[in-house]
Amino acid sequence: MSTRPELLAPPEIFYDDSEARKYTSSSRIVEIQARLSERALELLALPEDDVPRFLLDIGCGSGLSGETISENGHHWIGLDISASMLNVAVEREVEGDLLLGDMGQGLGLRAGVIDGAISISAVQWLCNADKSSHEPRLRLKAFFGSLYRCLSRGARAVFQVYPESIAQRELILGQALKAGFGGGLVVDYPHSTKKRKEFLVLTCGSVPTSINDGHKDSDDDDDDSEDEENGMVCVSDRNRPRKKQRTNKKGKGREWVLRKKEQSRRKGNDVPADSKYTARKRKSRF
Amino acid sequence: MRLITHNMLSCNIKGVANGFPLKIEAESVIEKEVDFNPDFLRHMFAKIEWKALVEAARSLGYSELPEDSPAAAAEDESLLKKLHHALLELHLEEGALVCPETGRRFPVTRGIPNMLLHEDEV
Repeated sequence: MSTRPELLAPPEIFYDDSEARKYTSSSRIVEIQARLSERALELLALPEDDVPRFLLDIGCGSGLSGETISENGHHWIGLDISASMLNVAVEREVEGDLLLGDMGQGLGLRAGVIDGAISISAVQWLCNADKSSHEPRLRLKAFFGSLYRCLSRGARAVFQVYPESIAQRELILGQALKAGFGGGLVVDYPHSTKKRKEFLVLTCGSVPTSINDGHKDSDDDDDDSEDEENGMVCVSDRNRPRKKQRTNKKGKGREWVLRKKEQSRRKGNDVPADSKYTARKRKSRF
Repeated sequence: MRLITHNMLSCNIKGVANGFPLKIEAESVIEKEVDFNPDFLRHMFAKIEWKALVEAARSLGYSELPEDSPAAAAEDESLLKKLHHALLELHLEEGALVCPETGRRFPVTRGIPNMLLHEDEV
């Protein structure tokens, strides 16, 4: 997308009737939303006991993500600020209950009733001050505070976000942690600008022993770890031995060279093939 | 909007101490069949405010639920069926939800309650 929608207008104005229809009839968007919703549901780590859960879809829009929830057998409530988008959802006869509301005003749900929350491409709208009385920090606080309250113990909230900048991502994560959430960021395909997707995974009440690792393109590639973003992310065991390795090595070894060549290949550069001579120790006069 | 959602909603206006449960003014109610899943009902049973549910079901025209929350609900099949009907199959299409403390009306149109607060209520 060349321009970010949240820079053009507030969500209830941007997503008017015609935009709502365009959004929902674009097969590309439908497919992307479905994939993101499946991944978010995966990251919710609901127990696999075939018992339907009661979930919250924040910024549910025309119900694309909600349909994925229904397909996975759960019941849900959807919240959105755009009446036009919700009307499209009603036409599509989604199975969840829909609420017209502003997440920045607080969710208004009772304590401990929700088993999990997902949000696909919606939370970044909170960071804009659309009305003069809005202050993004206060809205984020109201949102995360009310979300923390309504989630049951051990429940998770997973947000797929498109943050505009590192500052914005930190603002969102910071407010979440202040509200009492634990957790951090999971990044899928961190190296591809097109495929890269960020998921904020928040936990309520108990810190998990490991946050899921993000998806990557190839199995060898584990140099850029997901905890680049935030010190609160639980580091998986894999990282620790590698850190020891790095400090002991003098100079850059074969592994590093191979990794760099792989990166360069992925960018599309012409890189000589790897062979037994790659990164071989040369005589000092080189 | 189904009663399962109504049972979770509370009035969010600033300063309101007791915004639950919202009173229902029902103008149009429809019934939609939903697959019966006793596991889900048992899972939700502890979270439901029973009195609020009975009251809400009555305002939608369904009075089959017992007044008091039954102790051994998990095994009572007929009760689970009634709970299923009240919780998941009754839809409020047109009407309003009213805050018990301030009297503020949240209109419901096409099954969607409008919970947007005005600037001075936040």
